[in-house]
Amino acid sequence: MEASKVIHAIYTDDDVLMSAVKKVKAERYHIEEIYTPFPVHGLDKAMGLAPTRIAITSFMYGCIGLIVAILMMNFIMIEDWPQDIGGKPSFSYLQNMPAFVPIMFELTVFFAAHLMVITFYLRSRMWPFKNAENPDPRTTDDHFLMEITVNDNEAELAALLKDTGAVEVNLIDKAH
Amino acid sequence: MYTFSNKLKTFSFILMILGALGVGYGFMTSHKSLDEVKAMLEAEAAEHGGGHGEETMAHVVAGDEVHSDNAHEVDTHGALEDLHKTEEHNDVQEADSMVVAETQVLDSTEVAHAEETSHDVAEVHDTIQESEEFSGFGATDINLAKEHHGDEHAEHVQHQIANRPWSALYVAAFFFMMIALGVLAFYAIQIASQAGWSPVLFRVMEGITAYVLPGALIVLLIAVASGTIGHYNLFIWMDPEVVEHDKLIQGKSSFLNLPWFIIRGLIFIAGWGLYRHFARKFSIAQDTAEDRSNFKKGFRISAAFLVFFIYTESMMSWDWIMSVDPHWFSTLFGWYVFASMFVSGITVIALITIYLKSRNYLEFVNENHLHDVAKYMFAFSIFWTYLWFSQFMLIWYSNIPEEVTYFVTRFQDYQLPFLGMVALNFIFPILMLMNADYKRIPWFVVMTGLVILFGHYIDIFNMIMPATVGDRWFIGIPEISSVMLFAGLFIFIVFTALTKAPLLAKGNPFAKESKEFHY
Repeated sequence: MEASKVIHAIYTDDDVLMSAVKKVKAERYHIEEIYTPFPVHGLDKAMGLAPTRIAITSFMYGCIGLIVAILMMNFIMIEDWPQDIGGKPSFSYLQNMPAFVPIMFELTVFFAAHLMVITFYLRSRMWPFKNAENPDPRTTDDHFLMEITVNDNEAELAALLKDTGAVEVNLIDKAH
Repeated sequence: MYTFSNKLKTFSFILMILGALGVGYGFMTSHKSLDEVKAMLEAEAAEHGGGHGEETMAHVVAGDEVHSDNAHEVDTHGALEDLHKTEEHNDVQEADSMVVAETQVLDSTEVAHAEETSHDVAEVHDTIQESEEFSGFGATDINLAKEHHGDEHAEHVQHQIANRPWSALYVAAFFFMMIALGVLAFYAIQIASQAGWSPVLFRVMEGITAYVLPGALIVLLIAVASGTIGHYNLFIWMDPEVVEHDKLIQGKSSFLNLPWFIIRGLIFIAGWGLYRHFARKFSIAQDTAEDRSNFKKGFRISAAFLVFFIYTESMMSWDWIMSVDPHWFSTLFGWYVFASMFVSGITVIALITIYLKSRNYLEFVNENHLHDVAKYMFAFSIFWTYLWFSQFMLIWYSNIPEEVTYFVTRFQDYQLPFLGMVALNFIFPILMLMNADYKRIPWFVVMTGLVILFGHYIDIFNMIMPATVGDRWFIGIPEISSVMLFAGLFIFIVFTALTKAPLLAKGNPFAKESKEFHY
């Protein structure tokens, strides 16, 4: 296992962190990761992260849910056993559709919501009994941590980070 | 300050003049003599392969068409019941589904029972013509001359043809009034909720609401004129002859009578007009004020207005729209009309904002504001659909004859507009405006907005027309001219109002937040 080195710069204010990110990006260093106790608005933009596509997946899941509802109700109520239940016209799907709309709606929402959440868990690698990947417990409370890879330039990088208002700059050996 | 461009002003005048000419043409061509109508009906009958004068075999296929088994129960309205007893016809033919009952109908005009699911124009057309007998106007006709069914039918059609220019005018007048009223409600909500994003759009909204007072007065005027100058062309409950023979309307006449209708209308309009006047006054006074007192006053009257509005809007929808079908009622109708006016109002805010922005009058409005307005368009399109479907589905599901006739006539005679508006008002906006990026593109919002506005015009059309002109509807010269007339008036009044004050309400405490708003 090759050990690589990273620098952990710790901040105590999200505004300071934001300006630090902009400065580090301007110096063209690669930010590996940032740990924050709460969402910092605009951080993803400042880091240059690609926008999420989870809304698109959700739309597709919703379409699947709608199709499932239509196929299910069409098979059960129209094709398999078209009974006369209270005079509702069960000759074709369209004729009885208003009665199916509540189910179509709910299944669309159900699929869109649940599959999107599951997608989110999978993509962000979250599940029960997963080992927490937290370099510093303080980042869940009131500290912000920026992790930058080092390529034999730790001195100037440390100076830069100190300059941006980091309260601590630590060089860490990280096993990959 | 905004200056009303001469081009736009000329355009609005052209619209008004062309519209007025077309409306005049509509009124001039709608007076047909009974003989003319008879000749017309005969020509139509020949074209459709007859069916009027002959004995007809009516296939009653209950359950074959969504509402079919109810269509012939229209006349179970209490008032009509005893009249129909004299005619030997079986009111309630509750054939079990899947059972095809062949009924020999004695009187050819009772073929209303014939329910054809086929989309064959001729067949549907015949069915419709007969079923009119049982819609609102049926009451008068039945009482006139039972022996002369031919005459009775022709008179009925004659009345429908005469109603058309009135209804066209009324639909267009109501449509533009409702846009302004919807904006007024939206404006009051923005102030009462102390929204931080919208103050930069307040002057646009105030400009649009300038149309509330004249627009609402015009609607009331047309409604009253149709019952005083015209021959009860919109509201049959205004006709004493009808009320005399209609127990249902008699029971409602303590509410539905002309003086009380006018008084109620004037109270609504006065309330809306007063709120608009003072909200505008306080908003402009706040621009130069030293303190926040005007803002506070505006906040208080907005909260009070919203309470007043939701009551009066609901009653207005009963009075001005639902009472064209005085035999029918629906409890969520007020909300339904509200949803329609709200989404049209917000759409017009978006359109006028984009127009003014493109002319460089709103440098403080950015795409984030557009995004928010488009989100409202999207959300309230869905809200409208929710109410439309709730009203439709509850009535369809329970299938109570006295309620369901409303949708039966719409499904039979107005299939394209009735179902088309769901596509225009729901499917189109939901697909177009779902993407966050598209909501920030002006031309995209404009295109979607125009579709939404057209869809809601059709919505009002579907509320009024089936009760007044029945199957004699068409979107032709009277309808298009009426829209042009009121569109011209609307543009003229709104853009004149926009020139009266700076386009940024800079005294508003939220003005800075709104200018820097981003999403």
